[in-house]
Amino acid sequence: MSEPASALGGAVSEGFARVEEMPPRGMIALRGDLGSGAVKAAVKDALSLDLPGTWRATDAGEAAVCWMAPDELLLMSSYAQAPEIARKLGHFLAGEHHLVADMSDARSLFRVTGLDAREALAKLTPADLSPGAFTPGTFRRTRLAQVPAAIWMRDDTVFEVLCFRSAARYMFDLLTEAAARGGEVGFWPD
Amino acid sequence: MLILHCPYCGVDADETELAPGGEAHLVRRGPEASEDAFHDYLFVRENPRGVHFERWRHAAGCGKWFHAARCTVTMEVFGTYPAQVTEPPADLLAAISAKRPGWRWRDFT
Repeated sequence: MSEPASALGGAVSEGFARVEEMPPRGMIALRGDLGSGAVKAAVKDALSLDLPGTWRATDAGEAAVCWMAPDELLLMSSYAQAPEIARKLGHFLAGEHHLVADMSDARSLFRVTGLDAREALAKLTPADLSPGAFTPGTFRRTRLAQVPAAIWMRDDTVFEVLCFRSAARYMFDLLTEAAARGGEVGFWPD
Repeated sequence: MLILHCPYCGVDADETELAPGGEAHLVRRGPEASEDAFHDYLFVRENPRGVHFERWRHAAGCGKWFHAARCTVTMEVFGTYPAQVTEPPADLLAAISAKRPGWRWRDFT
């Protein structure tokens, strides 16, 4: 089998925040009634994680469950495990109204790290990234400049950005420019 | 710039995160309807000066369609409500009446 490759081969740029393209990660789209016990039980069975609240993510190690919409979750795992997890979910939810799809190759993933990573991202999105509103564990789909994206705050200095793979080069250049030295804003003191 | 509250995910979404969906509460007449009725469904719009009801989609967010009531003159937003209804909720109509006495939009007052 061919080796999975990320769109930009793990490109890295250093500014006041570090921008790094992450290696491929397993991503499974799960749609269904999130209020039903079946979806909750299926996610617990597949990843041993609880469902996140609105615009939140729960994670443990490589596994994560991210809230995408009132009826949609994005499940993360290692790239290699994703097909098996998707199969298990489909099996578990048989008979329930649902959709499970292994979308691991659909998106690109970036990591923005640094004390001022929040400021680099805030330049690009209309979402409220203020420290009081956007806290560790927040997962928010929004727009970064011209493209749809999701921002996931892993901890105080680590953000992950997802976008469609076709926009990977655009997103990398955008983040690099926003995090370039000399472009610090200093709106939120550390 | 409009900021609309998405009734599904609770975000106060910036207009640039939304996609406009045109006028709200259009009624498509059945297969036996006259050409005039279909013409009205396709082309005739309120285009009001004042209170207006629209459809919007939280396109770059949770992806859901919803309704919004706003004033086309002042850009004041009266409220937003879910898409699965054929008319605005009563409390929203009352709130609009309090702010714009005597308003009328199609058959809603």
